[in-house]
Amino acid sequence: MNIHEYQAKELFASYGIPVPKGYAINDRNGIESALAKFGDNEAIVVKSQIHAGGRGKGTFTTGYKGGVKVCKTKEDAKAAAEAMLGNILVTHQTGAAGRKVNTLYFTEASKIQKEYYLAIVMDRSSSKPVIIASTEGGVDIETVAEHTPEKLVKVFINPSLGIRPHQARQVAFALGFKGDTQKQCIKLLTSLYKFFWENDCSQVEINPLITTPEGNLVALDAKVNFDDNALYRHEKIVALRDFNEEDSKEIEASKFSLSYIALDGNIACMVNGAGLAMSTMDIIKQHGGEPANFLDVGGGATEAQVTAAFNIILSDKNVKGILVNIFGGIMKCDIIANGVIAAARNVKISVPLVVRLEGTNVKEGKELLSGSGLPLVTADSLDDAASKIVKLVKSAA
Amino acid sequence: MSILVNKNSRVIFQGITGKAGGFHASQCKAYGTNVVGGVTPGKGGEFFENTVPVFDTVAEAVNKEGANVSCIFVPPPFAADSILECIDAGIELVLCITEGIPVRDMAEVKNALIGSNTRLIGPNCPGVITPGALCKIGIMPGYIHRPGKIGIVSRSGTLTYEAVWQVTCEGLGQSTCVGIGGDPINGSAHLDIIKLFNEDPETEAIIMIGEIGGDNEEKAAAYIKDHVKKPVAAFIAGSTAPEGRRMGHAGAIVSGGKGTAEAKIAAFKAAGIAVARTPSHMAKALLDVYSPKK
Repeated sequence: MNIHEYQAKELFASYGIPVPKGYAINDRNGIESALAKFGDNEAIVVKSQIHAGGRGKGTFTTGYKGGVKVCKTKEDAKAAAEAMLGNILVTHQTGAAGRKVNTLYFTEASKIQKEYYLAIVMDRSSSKPVIIASTEGGVDIETVAEHTPEKLVKVFINPSLGIRPHQARQVAFALGFKGDTQKQCIKLLTSLYKFFWENDCSQVEINPLITTPEGNLVALDAKVNFDDNALYRHEKIVALRDFNEEDSKEIEASKFSLSYIALDGNIACMVNGAGLAMSTMDIIKQHGGEPANFLDVGGGATEAQVTAAFNIILSDKNVKGILVNIFGGIMKCDIIANGVIAAARNVKISVPLVVRLEGTNVKEGKELLSGSGLPLVTADSLDDAASKIVKLVKSAA
Repeated sequence: MSILVNKNSRVIFQGITGKAGGFHASQCKAYGTNVVGGVTPGKGGEFFENTVPVFDTVAEAVNKEGANVSCIFVPPPFAADSILECIDAGIELVLCITEGIPVRDMAEVKNALIGSNTRLIGPNCPGVITPGALCKIGIMPGYIHRPGKIGIVSRSGTLTYEAVWQVTCEGLGQSTCVGIGGDPINGSAHLDIIKLFNEDPETEAIIMIGEIGGDNEEKAAAYIKDHVKKPVAAFIAGSTAPEGRRMGHAGAIVSGGKGTAEAKIAAFKAAGIAVARTPSHMAKALLDVYSPKK
């Protein structure tokens, strides 16, 4: 799960991690009172709050350029805020449709001496949290990793011991901090690790972490991701979820414990198992089609889930055909077939439907399908199924 | 022989009195697996299906029944602790079927496994089956398997069944099939299982099924290149998945250009592994490089 920058910074502040003073608003009527909290000669940064990167270089569909603006006067800040709030921002990460800016964040403009990079991620290769830090902040860290890997320092943390003083010192020395700044860095790292661990984060990133001319450290940006599997034990974090940032079909799917991800193609798929679902997408593409979604109905889908799954994939207006691919393991094919038949009758499918069943009770399942009178096509193998649906969709077009 | 499990495996099910645990314990028993007990705290002294004793703790099942393998069906908030209980009780092999365990819990478990006598497979995996020993421990459908000489290792459940079924339809069979699970942190990697298959005289050839995300497959490929003489075929799922989205399995995510299908396929080719272009050609890709002794 992702949260907004302003939410991440509020959480940081509660752990004693220094962030710039800031106020979030989600209503035009709140603009003036938020700006009144800043001094008259204070520069103010107006930041669009969406779950996508590249905000600064983004463009609004209104033609207004920049989802992040540094403003020298309150008048400028007000004008920028009015141009952003409620409008749709397109960045290189949002896709052409863009995202509506429902929240703005006003922060003080910090004086920057130097920019650094700091992150903690759960490293799957070592099965440990790793602190990643660099003197090259404010830029794309992947580029640093590729071209100047020597400028990245990585410190692996034993999950049972937590961060130890020498490890925090190692990072502070590597970043070249001295005196009080060094002490601040050690304190910040310890707090950041505590935040990361206690909240089941999968990633915490501060880019840039800055030093001010006075030698103080400030987290100028904050990006936090949480492990979805652990949300059950973090009520306060779950409350920060912003449904406006998620695809409505994906929200609906999560209500039925279906794993659904919307894609750009026109052939919907419904599969049991994540690996098989990915492979089904792959094979549709290899046959010249484009998958409309990833959908894993899981190992024990009920008729209600299969019906919900059909409703969700059909609510995507781009869908011109459906491929159902089930390898019945413990789940029996006849049960799946009944689910497909009942669901197909309930939701009235008007696009071509190809069903491939394999596994337990496959014979009974296929008989049910062919006896149902539904206009569906059965397939014997993955290849056969993909080739049939791609042909049907192309000939209907 | 086979790897990991055989006729001598003495298996317990943690969570045997739950719906899923009970159903699959029953299925495994029917397949021929030597199920010697179950563990559900507070239900010690009861019997599962009138014959299988239920214990309060894993240690008790080890002491009284000589259990050496455990299959875990405990809900996600408690599953990591169930694995730790196995480590403490000295269980040799743990198969954790549970899906949805927090990654932080698994980081702690992984740390606890170091220096222990326990090997963990999973979590979020279908389990392990050795058809020749009639030993099935997990949720895979038994009937699609056939005793044979091909070892199969995979991160995915149903995609493994797909490979198994293709092998069976070719008139061949499997030595052992291992689902290592789709989570970012799991007990055993492809590499660990490949090493076992390489040393197993009953395994003549190997099918390895991977997914986008992580560098597990690349590590296995590097080892195969230097150490494995047996024919190997491989498939990677997710070549069409968009970057930054978690494709069902928490581990299946391409981030920052890392873990792409292209990179993994390139590593396979460099290691002399036969790469199946589509998921329906996994057995065929193997047969391109492997001539079974009839």
